[in-house]
Amino acid sequence: MEQTTNQLQVQFQKRVDEEQKIEPRDWMPEKYRQTLIRQISQHAHSEIIGMLPEGNWITRAPSLRRKAILLAKVQDEAGHGLYLYSAAETLGISRDEMYEQLHSGKAKYSSIFNYPTLSWADMGAIGWLVDGAAILNQIPLCRTSFGPYARAMVRVCKEESFHQRQGFECLLQLSKGSEVQRQMCQDAINRWWWPSLMMFGPKDDESPNSKLSMQWKIKRFTNDELRQKFVDMIAEQIKVLGMVLPDPDLKWNEQTKHYDYGEINWEEFKQVIQGNGPCNKERLEARKKAWADGAWVRDAATAYAAKKDIQKAKANSLNKETQQS
Amino acid sequence: MLQQSIKSFIQQDQQIQYLLHLADNALILSHRNSQWCGHGPILEQDIALTNIALDQLGQARNLYQYAALLITEKTGISTTEDQLAYLRDVGEFKNCLLAELPNGDWGQTVLRNFLMGSYQFFLYQELQQLASGQLKAIADKSIKEITYHVRWSADWVVRLGDGTTESHARMVQALELLWSYTGEMLEPCDYEQGLIGTQSSYIKAAWEAKIAAVLAEGNLVHPTNDWMQSGGKKGLHTEHLGYLLAEMQFLQRAYPGLEW
Repeated sequence: MEQTTNQLQVQFQKRVDEEQKIEPRDWMPEKYRQTLIRQISQHAHSEIIGMLPEGNWITRAPSLRRKAILLAKVQDEAGHGLYLYSAAETLGISRDEMYEQLHSGKAKYSSIFNYPTLSWADMGAIGWLVDGAAILNQIPLCRTSFGPYARAMVRVCKEESFHQRQGFECLLQLSKGSEVQRQMCQDAINRWWWPSLMMFGPKDDESPNSKLSMQWKIKRFTNDELRQKFVDMIAEQIKVLGMVLPDPDLKWNEQTKHYDYGEINWEEFKQVIQGNGPCNKERLEARKKAWADGAWVRDAATAYAAKKDIQKAKANSLNKETQQS
Repeated sequence: MLQQSIKSFIQQDQQIQYLLHLADNALILSHRNSQWCGHGPILEQDIALTNIALDQLGQARNLYQYAALLITEKTGISTTEDQLAYLRDVGEFKNCLLAELPNGDWGQTVLRNFLMGSYQFFLYQELQQLASGQLKAIADKSIKEITYHVRWSADWVVRLGDGTTESHARMVQALELLWSYTGEMLEPCDYEQGLIGTQSSYIKAAWEAKIAAVLAEGNLVHPTNDWMQSGGKKGLHTEHLGYLLAEMQFLQRAYPGLEW
């Protein structure tokens, strides 16, 4: 038996190494399954919780065009949540179980959504920085070893890159606007910059899940590699906005051909993950309330569907009897 | 604030008033539906209702843009969709009261969408015949969307009406609350007379038949109270619209005249 498992494991790793996709019915190590459930559901939860900070500005968007863009964007996030929950379900966990883990605090979601959206410019900053960071994390996931996750990510990435451009365009408009609008723009960048860097997770030498994930090709780049890519990209793009990043240590390094950047406040990162961010409680409460308030709706839908099934079955058997007689 | 000369022009032009009435209905209903985004009872339904809010916002924009174009042409003063949506005060809005009422629970929300969507369906069907040019084009596009809105909301009314004891009780309560706001949609006011006046009794009859059929399917007793609240079409609103506009118009009011 031990031998068989070993053989299966060798075969599994061989398939992964050959870049074959692992599909839901294939044998996989239990740890691989659990890692994926954790990562995909965490990703799905992030999409759903992520609707809240941006949803906060739907009713206050400053023009009808911006309102339509924002509403469509938040709806896209709901769609991403849906694909991701579905991808995770193929690993043998139900959506309700995943919600339960979110509501009980057992499952995490991206800490970035525990920061408040205080001005309209935050809608631009989230699109540009937060979605920008998300894309860098997600593009390699389009090639991740688990098939359903990889396929969901292809579509998610297309929409995210659209969101990033929309966010940048929103900030560009503000940067060309009045003094008040430019201040709004800079203030939003100041507040979202460091939390965006934290989105790539802990430093490589402190990332507990990274090594195995790399071996299984769930992950393809390390946290620090992706973070550096992001810094290099944003440090250039911000020049177009005529704004600055809130980091006095940010400087082009001719030797490494990368931007050097200052030390991230890892204590803040830890605190927000532990539930002490500015909006942790509100975000989770909002989701729990939506779920609890919707219980009667879901119950009614289930009851109605069951009633209809019984009616249909009765009608069918009646039909059969009529035909027989 | 909207320029005084534009305001005066609108007060005298029934065609513009009619377009604003249609646009305001769509925008205010969209606003209410959009408040559910991220808070719906089922993820798929959250997406569906947000989609409806987006359709309604699109309809509102088409109508405001057309009204703005006509105002610009007729007065020579450049006017935009955003000025019409963001710079008018409560008394200048011409939506039906039903659109502006708070969402209440999911049952009340789907019922409002059904009651109002069914009216819009028969209205836009007539507009496809009676209107011409841009308004006919808008009606042609909108009717496809509204057809779906009515199917979706009717399904929910039936499902909740005939679901559990609790859902049934909630729907009875929602129906009681919303019913007295339905009459206003069906009684044309002065600026509606020109275009759809002759068809208003047909629209009313078609609407009543549709409502009766769906309520019966959902096991819901048709309300008998016939006292109807009205005023929205002429700018006399409930207390709720002021708060809605204060929120919606905040940035345009706090920082006037900027591009966003």
